[in-house]
Amino acid sequence: MDLTPIKKLVEYFRDQMKKDPDMASAVAAIRTLLEFLKRDKGETILGLRESLTSATDCLTGVDSSVAVSSGGELFLRFISLTSLEHQDLSRCKKVMEERGELFLEKISMSRTKVAKLCHTFIKDGAKILTHSYSRVVLRVLEKAAAEKKRFSVYVTESQPDAAGQHMAEALRKLNVPVTVVLDAAVGYVLEKVDLVIVGAEGVVESGGIINKIGTYQMALCSKAHNKPFYVVAESFKFVRLYPLNQQDVPDKFKYKADTLKTAKNLSEEHPIIDYTPPSLITLLFTDLGVLTPSAVSDELIKLYL
Amino acid sequence: MADSGVIDGPGRKDEIERAKSEGKDLTKEEKQRLRKEKKQQKKIKEKKDDKASQENEKEKKPVTSAAPASQPPTQPTVQKAPSAVPATAPVSVPASEASVPADKPTKTKAELKAERRARQEAERASKQTKKGETGQQAATSKPKAPPSDLQPVVKRLPEHIQVDNPDVLKKLAKKLERQQTPEHYAAKKIPLRSDYGYKVSLFSHLHQYSRKAPLTQQLSIPSTVIHPAIVRLGLQYSHGIVAGSNARSVALLHAFKQVIRDYTTPQNEELSRDLVNKLKPYISFLNQCRPLSASMGNAIKYIKKEISNIPSNCKEDEAKNKLLNCIESYINEKIILAGVAIAKCAIEKQKISDGDVILVYGCSSLVNHILCKAFEKNRKFRVIVVDSRPRLEGKEALRRLVQKGISCTYVLISAVSYILPEVSKVFLGAHALLANGYVMSRVGTSQIALVAKAFNVPVLVCCETYKFCDRVQTDSFVSNELDDPDDLIVTRKGTTPLEGWENESSLGLLNLVYDVTPPDFVDLVITELGMIPCTSVPVVLRVKNVDQ
Repeated sequence: MDLTPIKKLVEYFRDQMKKDPDMASAVAAIRTLLEFLKRDKGETILGLRESLTSATDCLTGVDSSVAVSSGGELFLRFISLTSLEHQDLSRCKKVMEERGELFLEKISMSRTKVAKLCHTFIKDGAKILTHSYSRVVLRVLEKAAAEKKRFSVYVTESQPDAAGQHMAEALRKLNVPVTVVLDAAVGYVLEKVDLVIVGAEGVVESGGIINKIGTYQMALCSKAHNKPFYVVAESFKFVRLYPLNQQDVPDKFKYKADTLKTAKNLSEEHPIIDYTPPSLITLLFTDLGVLTPSAVSDELIKLYL
Repeated sequence: MADSGVIDGPGRKDEIERAKSEGKDLTKEEKQRLRKEKKQQKKIKEKKDDKASQENEKEKKPVTSAAPASQPPTQPTVQKAPSAVPATAPVSVPASEASVPADKPTKTKAELKAERRARQEAERASKQTKKGETGQQAATSKPKAPPSDLQPVVKRLPEHIQVDNPDVLKKLAKKLERQQTPEHYAAKKIPLRSDYGYKVSLFSHLHQYSRKAPLTQQLSIPSTVIHPAIVRLGLQYSHGIVAGSNARSVALLHAFKQVIRDYTTPQNEELSRDLVNKLKPYISFLNQCRPLSASMGNAIKYIKKEISNIPSNCKEDEAKNKLLNCIESYINEKIILAGVAIAKCAIEKQKISDGDVILVYGCSSLVNHILCKAFEKNRKFRVIVVDSRPRLEGKEALRRLVQKGISCTYVLISAVSYILPEVSKVFLGAHALLANGYVMSRVGTSQIALVAKAFNVPVLVCCETYKFCDRVQTDSFVSNELDDPDDLIVTRKGTTPLEGWENESSLGLLNLVYDVTPPDFVDLVITELGMIPCTSVPVVLRVKNVDQ
């Protein structure tokens, strides 16, 4: 297989990520795949699907987040639903491209939809706890602030990359009172907060989520304190995984892509994500609506079957 | 009475024909209207002649007992039933439709009240035979739902969980009598199997049969009414020779194939209707031998649907071939291939990984198949087989796994909390998956799920979709099966300290077969459609209904 188009693809992907830092990595991946579709010179539908699958795989090699693989798979599903209708390959490809553009448009609106649904759950005077840097949560809090709600936010530092500081900066720009707490201080701070909102890198079939390491702890503590634990995620993050416990999450998601390539012994590396089971989650806010964890499977069946 | 019936009869008859040909029950409004008309009729008669009305009621008695006999054949044939008196049919039909809502005895005369009650009972019994017709079930439940604000909806319990109610038993006996072709009316009937021994009061609403004497000695089975393949099947069920959800369903389907092969359509009958009627006494008989499982129920529904979908212009040989092929493909797709797909799913999605310690309970054909396949794919794991008295089915599972070369440990269920810290996953089979996400399985399964949850061990249930059923159940008491209590008497050493249990008035032996596990204890259900959480069972049922 010719490697240069793959290299070009990876470059395009990195460009997209750099151009718009606010864009989700899954959206960048889908843009890249759409570009790949346009440039593809294959002759058969099957060949096209195979090359798209391998393109998704290599993109996961660049950025190992769950969202990239889920977004890629959904993109493939979305376009291939029409693939059998047209006889001519070029017409088929045109239809696929159109549908791809449509899909991209839809998902770029998804964050706004989520924010619209979630901001009503933030009451005036609320104290919110959140974890690490999530653009969706930021959008929700922006919307709530725009609705003239007064609230204060606690953000965990979220080591090893201190992404929480980034989140605190962004919130200060919105004039929201924010406090950065240690990851270890989650249990300490929980009695003061009213609700917990986190983003997700992936939403799995059971209704649980995969998110930055430390989310599971936060969910366990909020369950113990009886505080509502809300998750905000766009629908392209729904992924066809079903982990039973932390160990069951595939290694390719647990570690950064570079670590996977260079590390000699994975058990000495620190995982960057963890799995939160659905029993700890109160509600999920998605662009498909406000869902309970058991309804996620329903939506997934609709999306994938 | 017959005259006045005929006078208004034709008008009402058309309505009724129309309603019945649409394949629905009369709506509540129509029934109310019919009742009002009847009441007016009665008042007119009462004014005219009291004695005449009394005579009419007496006439109605034999009429209504004959009428339900003509009603079990599917509704469109009511009008054509040759044996029933045509003039009485429209009379008894509005009478019976009028009697369905059981709580409005507005007649002033006490006699007429008693009369209505008798008619209601007879109608209820015939309604339950109609409920056995599966194609109509969805249709009858839907029209009942909207007019519920007119009348409180009377919920009817299925008769197999009303064993302690003598009226229900009498009705069941009558129903079994009636379930044969009109020619063999009196002498041959499906026998009613009698219960055995003292039943624990909490479960007295269920049947409890004994296996001491073979079934043929307990019942007189009329060979002209029941096909010998079905008799053989019934004996195999009652003695536990064929046991296990999948095995029972496959055996049932094979027996039905034999029945279809030997079937010839009688004169003036259509295959699609007559064959369904032929199957009803067989199903009642099998129910007497051993209560039907959910999987068998679904298989029967499928067959009945296929039979009633045979077009009337189809030749008999063609039709029979078609049916045989349908059954063959059902077995192949829903049972055999589904098992293969489930095993593939479990292995490919890494649900069995190297170094796993897997706990299984009892003998589930599907779980054994998955483990054997995983072993063939060179996964390194070991198995702990948990077993329980009195069936000791785990021994069979142990035998099958060890034969393949899988390293196994064997414990009794009392040691489950001792061994669970070693276990990484629990694989359970299921007898049925209920619509609210509860798992019905061999007794002891919910215990294992509970202890596994306490130890934070993931519990996986493996179940084909044909075992999903529409029922809702939250406890193990409402609907269950009681096995022979004499099985509990013999201990491992062969001693029988409980031998005289029947003589002790305060002693009862309980041998339950199934129990129900809540969805909170189950982490994952593997079906041939993929891996779903336990709460998504109604989604699958909905998708399947849409497909059909």
